[in-house]
This record gives sequence, structure tokens and C-alpha cells, in this order.
Amino acid sequence: MSKPYVTLLGKAVRTIARIRGGGSALPGLFVEKIDPDFIRRTLAELPHGTVVISGTNGKTTTTKMVVALLESQGLKVFTNRTGSNFTRGVAAALLGEVDNKGKLDADIAVLELDEAHAVHFVKTVPPHYSLLLNVMRDQLDRFGEIDTTAKMLSQIANATTGTVVLNREDPRVAAIAKSLSADKVHYFGLSSELAHLFPSDDDMRSTTTAPKQLQRPDAGVILNKLKDNQAEFLVEGKPLTTSLKLHGIYNIYNAAAALALARCVLPAEHDKEKLVTALSEVTPAFGRGETLTVNGQPFELVLVKNPSGFRLSLASFKPKDYATMIAVNDNYADGRDMSWLWDVEFESLRAGGVAAVTGMRAYDMALRLQYDEIEMSLVEPDLSSALRQFIAASDGPKRVYCTYTAMLALRRELAKITDVEQIS
Amino acid sequence: MTDKKQITVLQLYPRDMNIYGDWGNTLVLKRRLEWHGYDVNLLAYNPGDTFPHDIDLIVGGGGQDSGQDIIQNDLLKIAPHLRKLADDNVPMLMICGLYQLFGKFFKTQDGHVIEGIGLLDIETHAGAERLTGNIITESDVFGEIIGYENHSGQTFLGKNVHPLGKVVKGAGNNGQDDTEGARYRNVIATYMHGSLLPKNPAIADFLIEQAIVRKYGTFTPTVIDDRFAELARSVASKRPR
Repeated sequence: MSKPYVTLLGKAVRTIARIRGGGSALPGLFVEKIDPDFIRRTLAELPHGTVVISGTNGKTTTTKMVVALLESQGLKVFTNRTGSNFTRGVAAALLGEVDNKGKLDADIAVLELDEAHAVHFVKTVPPHYSLLLNVMRDQLDRFGEIDTTAKMLSQIANATTGTVVLNREDPRVAAIAKSLSADKVHYFGLSSELAHLFPSDDDMRSTTTAPKQLQRPDAGVILNKLKDNQAEFLVEGKPLTTSLKLHGIYNIYNAAAALALARCVLPAEHDKEKLVTALSEVTPAFGRGETLTVNGQPFELVLVKNPSGFRLSLASFKPKDYATMIAVNDNYADGRDMSWLWDVEFESLRAGGVAAVTGMRAYDMALRLQYDEIEMSLVEPDLSSALRQFIAASDGPKRVYCTYTAMLALRRELAKITDVEQIS
Repeated sequence: MTDKKQITVLQLYPRDMNIYGDWGNTLVLKRRLEWHGYDVNLLAYNPGDTFPHDIDLIVGGGGQDSGQDIIQNDLLKIAPHLRKLADDNVPMLMICGLYQLFGKFFKTQDGHVIEGIGLLDIETHAGAERLTGNIITESDVFGEIIGYENHSGQTFLGKNVHPLGKVVKGAGNNGQDDTEGARYRNVIATYMHGSLLPKNPAIADFLIEQAIVRKYGTFTPTVIDDRFAELARSVASKRPR
């Protein structure tokens, strides 16, 4: 089928899917089926090529930051900002952006991709740059083992034609450098002062700290100090201080990753002031520490998908003065296996208790909290009912830790009572 | 100084073998022992450590292939201790990777044989596909057992062990003979996690009772509120594979 036909048909499906209120992936799936070459052909025309961002945690927020950084320098960026990070999500996002002749008006594509999908994607579209964030236990029902995931990231790195940016502090990610020529690799990292805040997956159940590498490679961007939302980075050894609108240590470490990547893409003489301004203004991605307003009070949505992410979230967001709800679903996108809840420690919620537990697996979550001896005021699997009762029960600020599909469902419910940014 | 009775629980290789929420099993044993009125002395054994004395209960988890490589030689070294304790009726719970290594051997896809400690009369062969999903089995002793399985090894039982349960939904030991897990004296071994003990308090209390009776002669349980466990079981049994 000729290219304009594919584009027009795909756009039509996209419009219909949107009217139906359906997800972003369907039109992408459609194009994938009738024209598998659509993505490669469209992206191949971009002057600065394609960036692939992958890893267990932080893909969506990091991608958002990289886009902001590149746009601050005048680049036109195409991205899959829906967080639909399967290949068909990319196809769907492309359909929204191309003109009717199938041409994409952009200088560069910045794509977050699920690890398994990225492996296939890079075979068709070898990226110019890749940014690999971390490997943590997640979706083991899909991937089997953490080391399998690490191999996937290694394949992405090896398919990358230009620069690969690696997290120096994650042993499984840093080890990927061994399979690459040294001039291809750049790192982002943490000062030794902050490194202990980011245990690797191997430290999950370790009572002794794993021996740290004695000789660590130099990192182009280092997150050096952090006080509240004020961060100091070392960029090629030079301090760069900025305030950030992002919450949570891990989000701010993602900013180091984004900076490291942006510096590889941009020419040496880029506008550093604009770069810092852009970084300071990035807001959290939807559902990733996103703050809505409900009854005049902050209402935060914190996506949790795996033990390390949940642990870092609990460490980052202080429960004091906040009513807490936890929403756990077990749809395919959330992971069917509930074992991961047992690798999270909830003691930090003990003092204030948990106001509500909800989602398809509310009782699994309640069971988990029972064994950490945490008081719960409400356990109600039905999300909309639990949300109503949670909002009615107190006047103050609220925070919800939610799995992926629970987050989407809660945003739909919340859109009925407050402003929620629509994610197409 | 407390005059409470104490039970010593040993976690086997918690650093390298902990992949599918295995901490949940240890935590459930610890809390329920406390709720039943006992002090818990929780110990960890990692490769190279001195094997501790006076153990009342042992719990071990699953690992990645790399984790199993790390612990394998050490496990062979401490095998005489473990066999003696098992024959002395010490209750043990072994999940997934340590279930396999408590058996005679694990044969990989390329025919390589990884030696186990042979405490359980079982053998495991690498399978072509991973057996993954929600699983329900039925046991004469524990009733319905509800969990989640995720393994590529296919395990076959010998004459000296009994299956832990009969598969109602899911694959079980090998996807062929409807058996799941293995029992030998007070050793319970299984592929089920989820974690296993939170949603199967009957198994947790069995292990606890055996440990206490063995050490103190009698066990008087307290009533524990297992309402959430019951509800979680009921939901889990209706979820897709």
C-alpha cells in the first residue's frame, strides 16, 4: 500500500479511536499490521536521528526532560509522550504528528521504549543515541529474570550507531560498557555522598553493602548534592545549581541522565542558560508525582510499578500531613504477580496509617500492610468508591501510590471533579 | 531479659536467593510467631558464613541463574548440616531455586548437570518454555493452596517424597503429572510464591507448630485475624492465569 494511503487510513483509525475514548495503541497496531516499514521510513528522514530511552524506572520522566532540554535549544522534537512505550505506541504518536503525505516535521525523535519492545525496535530503527537508566526487578512474569532485562539493554546499546549514555551507579547497566568501544560510551552518576540512596537490585535483601567498584569511570554529569528541590550537578566537573519542580530523589537523578544525553546531542556551543532554565521548569510526567488539585488541596499521583520504585517513592515523599491511599491492580500492564509488594517496606507509613487501600488486589495490599502492622481505615477494591470515600474522609493534602492501570483509572475518575491534563 | 520462649529462624542465602518476594515468607513466619507469643531470633546465612547452631526453622527462596551459581558450592558444603536437620524433623520451606537445588540435580538445556544436595528425592530438567501464572493446588493437609509460579525447570518427584499439592489450575512441577511441590518429613518445597505464606497461613502455622512442638513439646496457637488473607485468596483464585 502506498505511503499516503497508510498515513490517511492510520489517521482515520486514530480519530475514531479517540472519539471512542479508547487507548493510544490501537491505531498504532493498525499501521503496524498494514505497513510494518512505516516507523523506520518516517524516522529515517530526521536530520538528528532517533534517541531511545529505556530501563526499568524513570523512562517517562527522563524522556520528558530530554525533550524539554533539546527544545530549549530550538530543536523540533518528536516524542511518544503518552507513555505508551510499545512499538505500536510510537506508531500511534507518529500518526498524530505526520502530515497527510507521511512527513514528520521534526529534527530529532526522542522515544521511551519498554525494554523488550526496544530490542525489536532497534533492529528496524538503529538509534543514533541511547540512554539506559537502570535494571531492577520488574515484570518478572514477562521477563523471567533481571539478567534477561540487562541483556535486552545491552542489545539496545549495541544497535546504537552513535553515543550510548549509561548509569554508572547501576552495576548491570555499567557492565554494558564492556561490550562497546570506549569512545561510544558516556556516563551519568552520583557523588559518593548520594550513592547510598540508590541501592541496586543486588542490595535489595543484602544486609551488607555490596563492595563498590574501586575504579569508577568518569561521568560527564554527576548529581552532586541535593537539598529539598535544590540540586547541584557537576557537569564536566563544573558545578551547576538549579531548583527543580520535580519531586523525589530518583526523578532528580533522572535529570542528570537527561542532561548527560542532551549534552551528547547538542553542539558544544549550546545555550547553557536556557538549558538550565528548561530543566528547572520541567514538571513531573502524568501520574509520576503529578500534583492535581482536589477541594483546594494538593492531590498527588505517584506511579509505582516495582519494589525499587515503590521504595524510592516512599523514601522521597514524606507521609506527614498527607492522607495516603494505595491502589494496586493486576492487569497485564501492572503485572499479574503480587510477590513484588513483599519486597517493599512500609514502616514509614506506620505513624500516620493508610487511609485507603483499593484496586483489584486491594486485599493483597491490605495483607501486606497487616504484616507491617500498619493501620488501614478503608479497604475497598472498587476504585471509584474508594476514591470518593478517601476524598470525603479528610480535608488535607492527599497522595495516592498507584500501579499503572490503577493510575489511568483514577485519572479518569478525577477528571470528573478537577482539571486533569488529557493525555492523547 | 524476657522470659518468652524463643524460636530461631534461619534465612538461607537471603542476599542471592530472594527474587520473587521471598522476604514475604520470612516476614509472615516472624510476625505470626510473635503474634502467637514467641520471640523470634532471625538469622541470615550467606555463602562463606559459619553455619549456626540450634536452628528451629529454615526458609529459603528463589534466585536468578547467576544467584544459583554463586551459592551452589556453598550449599553443597553445608548439605550435611541441612540433611541432619531435616532428618531431625526441623521444618523448612524452600521456594523455586532452592527447591530445585535441594533435589538431586538440575539438568540445563545444553545437558550440563548442576549437582543438588539430594535432600529431596527429585530431579529437575530445564524446560523449553517458562511456566508462569497464577496457580491453585489442592492438598489433603493444607486445603487449597494459592500462589503464583514462574519457572523454566521441570521437576519430577521420586519415591521418597510426596507432592505438596495436586494442580487445580496452572502448571505445577512439570506441567505434565499434575503434582506441585514436594514434602519430605517437615520440609516443604514448592514453586509457588506470591508470596506463598501470606496467602496460605495454614502452611505458615504448620511450619510454626512443628518448630515449637519440636522445641517445647506443645503449641497453643492464638487466633490470628486472617480476614485479609481469606479475601486475597478468594480474589486471586478468580484472576486470569
